[in-house]
Amino acid sequence: MTAIELTVNGRVVRETVEPRLLLTDFLRHRLGLTGTHVGCEHGVCGACTVMLDGASVRGCCVLAVQADGCSVETVESLAGNGPLTALQESFRRHHALQCGFCTPGILMAATDLLARTTPTRAEIVDLLSGHLCRCTGYTPIVDAIEACVESARARSGGT
Amino acid sequence: MKPATFAYVRAGSLEEALAALAEGGDDAKPIAGGQSLVPALNMRLVRPSLLVDIGRAGLDGIAANGVLRVGATTRQAALSDDDRVHPLVRQALPFVGHFVTRNRGTVGGSIAHADGAAELPLCLVAVGGSVVVDGPDGRREIPASELFVTHFTTALRAGELVVETVWPLAAAGERSAFAEHALRAGDFAQSMAAVVLRRDEAGRVASARVAVGAVTDRPTRLDDVEALLVGSVGAEAAAEAGALAARLVDPPGSTHASARYLRALTGTLVTRAIGGAS
Repeated sequence: MTAIELTVNGRVVRETVEPRLLLTDFLRHRLGLTGTHVGCEHGVCGACTVMLDGASVRGCCVLAVQADGCSVETVESLAGNGPLTALQESFRRHHALQCGFCTPGILMAATDLLARTTPTRAEIVDLLSGHLCRCTGYTPIVDAIEACVESARARSGGT
Repeated sequence: MKPATFAYVRAGSLEEALAALAEGGDDAKPIAGGQSLVPALNMRLVRPSLLVDIGRAGLDGIAANGVLRVGATTRQAALSDDDRVHPLVRQALPFVGHFVTRNRGTVGGSIAHADGAAELPLCLVAVGGSVVVDGPDGRREIPASELFVTHFTTALRAGELVVETVWPLAAAGERSAFAEHALRAGDFAQSMAAVVLRRDEAGRVASARVAVGAVTDRPTRLDDVEALLVGSVGAEAAAEAGALAARLVDPPGSTHASARYLRALTGTLVTRAIGGAS
């Protein structure tokens, strides 16, 4: 067992874990943060995507012990108890979710992408190649993310 | 599935990492980004007794001094933001996993893992790079042409660790292209081709590097295709070079594609990459 200390959604947590415990299972079973979903457990489906030290990562491909000393944000951090983020609001407006299983992972990855770049529609589609939606709702998901790019551009007065 | 049990040590320096690996013996594995290793652990394809985490051993960072020295634990995503990185690598990078996995996956890890269908090993061979390894017998440099032995197997000796990958800078008059086909974006390549062409002032190919992967057990340069291209102008030899490449590879067929299909695919990708580099 290994003692770890990390910041999750702004809160410092101290736990003792087996080295083989995955970050996703740590978040869900130890901390009760079940917004992070578990799909394929080999990095393909994207459902478990969370932020680790400010970059989106697959929670199922990180060991909890590797996150010792790091900062983790899950989908629960986006709105907290407050209003939805612009991206979440755009998902609602564009009906970009049906069953919602893939949604937390996509929100975290898209939040990361939008924070770093001004993606084209093609780049948004490429991002979503790493996220499986089995309700086959990709088009509204792309629309929702693209609308955020456009509204951010309109707000900044750019072209 | 979940990983089987293992012991875990986080190394704070290269020395600590090498000592832990030496103590752990054959059954110890280094872990950095874990984007190939953790899935393999989850599926219990590998069951190491000890993982030595080198993620904070001070092995990250990019430095240029005639060549580009990329620390082993430098994230793959860091390559896309750096103009000094060889254009071939930046052309191939979108094919390396996904946006999210490139945030975590490391350059040295991809090279050391030596998956025959991985893009970065193919690029390292195509540009004529090398790796610096450290271990019980000290530090040594291994050219990419001697590093990759076969599937998931490199020339590293027991207890050795990749500490740095070394990439030549792009030369004047050089153009490159990367072409790949996979069943799904971000999935393992069915075949891929990397081409680097250097031309003289008349536009003739003065030197050519053509390498293919996924249809071979390791990144493989096609000497005969390179020789065919030397002296050609534009993309005039692209079709003939592709046809030759298709004859030179001998991939086993799979559920997803017959050997004949994979040979034809490789020819198409080589032709396409030569066109892209022209």
